[in-house]
Amino acid sequence: MHMVVLTKGVPDFREGQVSFDEDGHLERGKTPTVMNPNDRFALEAALQTRVRHGGRVSVMSMGPPGYKEVLQEAMASVYADDLHLVSDREMAAADTWATAITLSAGIETLGEPDVVFAGFKTADGETGHTGPQTNWCLDMPLVTHVISLDIDEDEGVLRAKRLVEGDIEEVETVETSLPAFVVTDPEFVPSYRTAGERLTLKDLRAETQERAEQYEDFLTVRDHADINVDPDYIGLDGSPTIVSSVDPIPKAPAEREATMVNPSDSAAMQDVLEAMQSALGNGGDVAAAGGD
Amino acid sequence: MTEHEHYEALVVGAGPGGAAAAATFANYGIETLVLERGVEAGSKNVSGGLIYAEQSAPYTIDDLFPDFREEASERPITRYRIHNIAGERVESFDLSNLHEHDTEWSDSVLRRKMDSWLEDRVHERTRETGGGLLTGVHVTGLYREDGKIVGVETEELDPITADVIVAADGVNSELARDAGLMDWDEPDEWFQGVKAVADVPSDVIADRFDIGADEGAAHLFSGDLFEGVRGGGFLYTNRDTLSLGTVFHLDSLVAERAEPHELLDSLLTHPLLAQWLGDDYTELEYSAKLVPDSKKVALREPHFGRLLLVGDAAGQMQAQGAIIKGMNHAVTAGALAAEAYAQAKSRNEPEKAGTRYSRKLRDEGVMKKLRPRGYELVRGLAEDDGVTEIVDSVLTSAVGRAGIRALSGQLGRVYNVPMLSAMMPDTRTPYVTLPTVIAEELGTRVREESSVTPPSLEARIGDLTYDTDIGSPHITVLDNSYEASGAAVTACPVSAVDFGGGCYREEVVRTNGSEERVVSLDTQPCVECGTCAVVADTEWEHPRGDKGVEFKWG
Repeated sequence: MHMVVLTKGVPDFREGQVSFDEDGHLERGKTPTVMNPNDRFALEAALQTRVRHGGRVSVMSMGPPGYKEVLQEAMASVYADDLHLVSDREMAAADTWATAITLSAGIETLGEPDVVFAGFKTADGETGHTGPQTNWCLDMPLVTHVISLDIDEDEGVLRAKRLVEGDIEEVETVETSLPAFVVTDPEFVPSYRTAGERLTLKDLRAETQERAEQYEDFLTVRDHADINVDPDYIGLDGSPTIVSSVDPIPKAPAEREATMVNPSDSAAMQDVLEAMQSALGNGGDVAAAGGD
Repeated sequence: MTEHEHYEALVVGAGPGGAAAAATFANYGIETLVLERGVEAGSKNVSGGLIYAEQSAPYTIDDLFPDFREEASERPITRYRIHNIAGERVESFDLSNLHEHDTEWSDSVLRRKMDSWLEDRVHERTRETGGGLLTGVHVTGLYREDGKIVGVETEELDPITADVIVAADGVNSELARDAGLMDWDEPDEWFQGVKAVADVPSDVIADRFDIGADEGAAHLFSGDLFEGVRGGGFLYTNRDTLSLGTVFHLDSLVAERAEPHELLDSLLTHPLLAQWLGDDYTELEYSAKLVPDSKKVALREPHFGRLLLVGDAAGQMQAQGAIIKGMNHAVTAGALAAEAYAQAKSRNEPEKAGTRYSRKLRDEGVMKKLRPRGYELVRGLAEDDGVTEIVDSVLTSAVGRAGIRALSGQLGRVYNVPMLSAMMPDTRTPYVTLPTVIAEELGTRVREESSVTPPSLEARIGDLTYDTDIGSPHITVLDNSYEASGAAVTACPVSAVDFGGGCYREEVVRTNGSEERVVSLDTQPCVECGTCAVVADTEWEHPRGDKGVEFKWG
């Protein structure tokens, strides 16, 4: 089986890492770039397939040369056999459409993969378009919001459990032929129910971590000529999206007044108790109803 | 019949017994799978801290793992003493002869470091056989077909079958219980050990214990400092930490309603220890475990069908006076179990692996150490309450005291006779009365004063690492009346009377005009020692793989 996983570098939005200026704009220079957190689930799904069926996992990204390290992170933190970065100036400022054209062309240079995996939304763009649009170019069956996965190699089918409309309460099982395009949901959980699978997993994890030390030996960088795309269809020139303006989201006003109380301060706690009692007294009907 | 995943050999537990079994299987080229429930081997394991290599043992840990002493252990123990304590009076004896009897070497160890080192080697060697070692897999019981044991069930994986199963799953072995070979019924069959690891730089250890970089000291303590509870204390030097602990007969802890953490504190704050602990006591970890008393529970036939039990799971823990040996016997037993299977298989009678294994335990002298004949002989007489009364009243009388004084020159020698340690009856006489009288009659007063302030139980629990399995507690109280389960409030090492942050607490429930004393349980602070399984009415299981407490030192 040949799996391709798409990934993207995003600002590290975790507290302590991310940096905003006074106007609330992201400071790219001060914020490290990391692998899009949701892509981990796509990698986990590919690794599960690799453990069960063997083959090869290729991880691909489009972006500036610095994204090499994002690919290294994918290799070290989950799994990759080889890494592919499509990168040149012509690709800069691409919207999701131009990105999808670029990525699909990149995937086609790798041959005919059995499954392509993408994560659900990037932490910066939040569109959720790139995966499905890439698949529109590739023209494979598409399964989104996948939470568990089972492939029958002999029959050439992929069975997946997916969240209907992204709702955790509603799960459906779908079946499709291979090759297929899978978008994993953040609820995706890999499943290894045999010792043999877990031992293979342990071997593969050790191998990928070793590879990640010399990741550049496993990395191929391609420009638009390498993947055979017309510069008019990629980057800013190929992007139909026009961003007219960006408005900062205003800070939500606090709806209630809050007072901090030290729980060991008995006088203050007495006030809290009285406040609660008076609140209950005022809403007498509600309290009575709740007590039934 | 369903087709299951199959390995030739399956080892449950990656402590020293499991590691020895797995390495021996691998030496025979037998495909071996090892399942360990901890997040890493050693993360669930606690021991006092000395591992021996006995001259008489057919297998030692460094036979099986050649770089063990250089890479996995702490210090060779080159000094061994026992201290008899009465108040501030102490009489100490050198125990080197006892310590060195049948000893090739003896090192202090910390289990997280030791077992995780073993884990890597065991995985590497078993992987070559087509198997390997997996952590985070909790084996919950035996898997049977047509009433016969054919494999194991786990929480994380589908059932796995094997031609031979070695249960090295520790003192609270779920497999031994599932097979009906062990129970959790009698407190007098168990000891409970409680331990603290203290942070002391190696140069300070060298200075305070007067030892070189490759020397180590072991000290034992007994007498009147433990509220009359039968047992004692220990102090072992590691490379840059100290292991300090107490071990008591569980029935005695229950009878005295003693709080284990307070007894540990009695040791830590005794003025005798001031010379070693100084005035900067920093505790790194508090831990506890049950210890089987091999004199009573070591299984003479530790097998059932394809299942072979080794180490604590088979009750193979020798705690006889100042002789405290467990890990070495687990190593020997693990290797013998694997060897027994390999030989039985080569004779085309693999079903005889179990009987072959128990014969080896006898022939190699392991059983004799675990269940000394001397103890069997004196037990009936010496453990009679009336006899204990008489012996104790003679010992404490003017006549007894005169005798102790007269013997003063000989006592040190008597303490060093292995056979006498092995015969030592489970009464307060050797644990409390005799050491106290010796210290009163012969001891000198300790001049130092202790400035050690041990952490509170709350702080000790707070410093431990837990991955709580929220919503699925691994212990259920079956009878919450105080009569049935109240003993756990004191005996549990992470519970105490009037302490709300522990596992077990006492509550008074008022119903319809009457009052009832009950106990409630919160398993979050549990250190998985198993005490409550014995002293309370519970349904006790280990937490799921990876979940529960994680010891960093052990």
